[in-house]
Amino acid sequence: MAFLDKHKAIETHATLLMVLSLLVVTIGGIVQIVPLFYLENTIENVEGVRPYTPLELAGRDIYIREGCYVCHSQMIRPMRDEVERYGHYSLAAESKYDHPFQWGSKRTGPDLARVGGKYSDAWHVDHLMNPQAVVPESVMPKYDFLMNNVIDAKYIGDEMATHRMVGVPYTDDMMANAAADFAAQADPNSDYAGLQERYSKTNVSNFDGQAELTEMDALVAYLQVLGTMVDFSTFTPDASR
Amino acid sequence: MCAKKVTKAAPGQVSTTGHEWDGIEELNNPLPRWWVWVFYATIVWAIGYTIAYPAWPLIKGATPGLLGSSTRADVQAEIDSFDAKNADIKAKLVAAPLDAITTTPELMAYAEPAGAAVFRTNCAQCHGAGAAGVVGKGYPNLLDNDWLWGGTIDDIHTTITHGIRNTTDPDARYSEMPKFGVDGLLEPAQIEAVVEHVLAISGQDHDAALATEGATVFAENCVACHGEAGQGDRTQGAPTLTDAIWLYGGDRAAIKTTVTYARFGVMPPWTGRLTEDEIRSVAAYVHSRGGGE
Repeated sequence: MAFLDKHKAIETHATLLMVLSLLVVTIGGIVQIVPLFYLENTIENVEGVRPYTPLELAGRDIYIREGCYVCHSQMIRPMRDEVERYGHYSLAAESKYDHPFQWGSKRTGPDLARVGGKYSDAWHVDHLMNPQAVVPESVMPKYDFLMNNVIDAKYIGDEMATHRMVGVPYTDDMMANAAADFAAQADPNSDYAGLQERYSKTNVSNFDGQAELTEMDALVAYLQVLGTMVDFSTFTPDASR
Repeated sequence: MCAKKVTKAAPGQVSTTGHEWDGIEELNNPLPRWWVWVFYATIVWAIGYTIAYPAWPLIKGATPGLLGSSTRADVQAEIDSFDAKNADIKAKLVAAPLDAITTTPELMAYAEPAGAAVFRTNCAQCHGAGAAGVVGKGYPNLLDNDWLWGGTIDDIHTTITHGIRNTTDPDARYSEMPKFGVDGLLEPAQIEAVVEHVLAISGQDHDAALATEGATVFAENCVACHGEAGQGDRTQGAPTLTDAIWLYGGDRAAIKTTVTYARFGVMPPWTGRLTEDEIRSVAAYVHSRGGGE
């Protein structure tokens, strides 16, 4: 084992040890990470996945700000019990416009990957205002203050530009109409045809039931779109993925 | 500290690394043999594992592995195996006339526990774990005999399938109470009066003079849906106003809010999210809770 005796040369030279360690870590990184960027079976294109509307994007920020991900995951794992409870297992493509993704790592509350359309807007508002009022056994804290936080579209264009920079395909048309779309989605009396043309399957509703556009509107708009973009009645999973 | 020469072990002695601090030398004991062999064994195991399971990235995809393992295929196979076990009873459940389900013990033996599971997963958030609803919040109690849209299993099945007042299902049950106050359909004084009338017909304390006045307002504005005596109309989901069961609260303030702002309770459609046998199961479960007609 003369070769193994050379080990001493590495262990006694700090610089050599560092250089060789870096080399080993680099090879490990290349083998594990790089293929994810080009392998076809890690990049599954699924019909229906679209970027978030400006209001949904604002709601997503509130979701992150309030730390919803600490208790709620957004990933239905491919296991029978999860599929039976929450619906079709999550696809990577469904969170491809999430920066960062909200898969989460712990469930104190239920998974929210397919919560969109499962409950009425009014239920979400009642529940966020006071979770125990509708689900007595819940341990979720109140988020009633969201009702009072009026928001506007001042920075939404900048945020969409940032998302576009990291690869979310917001078109120039979407960028130009960001502020209008932001307001239109929470107002069923507005002219929201353009919004629905730019973003497929968009819920337009006065989510919180108040005249003002609040953080509650944005958060409920975001919750109501989760998991609804892909039509699973026409989706055929490729078993090799 | 200084590096001394590494000493080789004479037989029966331990070699040193050559490090010495104040006369204390660092011994260079060999690793336990069992540890070294377990370490080599894990390397061999890892190589075998990457051959058996999907691992090595190639140009277009990763190596599939000799065992043909696929998470997606596994979960599908597991779901299929359970579906196959229940296939017969599910087919019977879907084929049976709706009103025969609750009277057929064989079907109910499956539908009730299956429906209970569906209910706890999907319905309990609004209607409560025990199906008692949320009093005053607009989430109806499903245990009593007071049905908004009808309590036969056919009615319940339709409600679950298409939902109520949602925008996603064109066949959803729909009706809309006018916002009498907000939209200026009634003067504030008329609202005060009609609230007294509603308190009167539901047997609560009321101002008799105002209630008489309110009866006229009621007759002109409310009877089309709630009926002349306030008995309600299930074809429009208009609640009965003469009993003590209130969807959004039955005191003076709550009724006034209802007349002023109206109510618009939404239930999502469950077709698509639930399969037909699941919808039938949960309909049978709700029907059998005590209020089924």
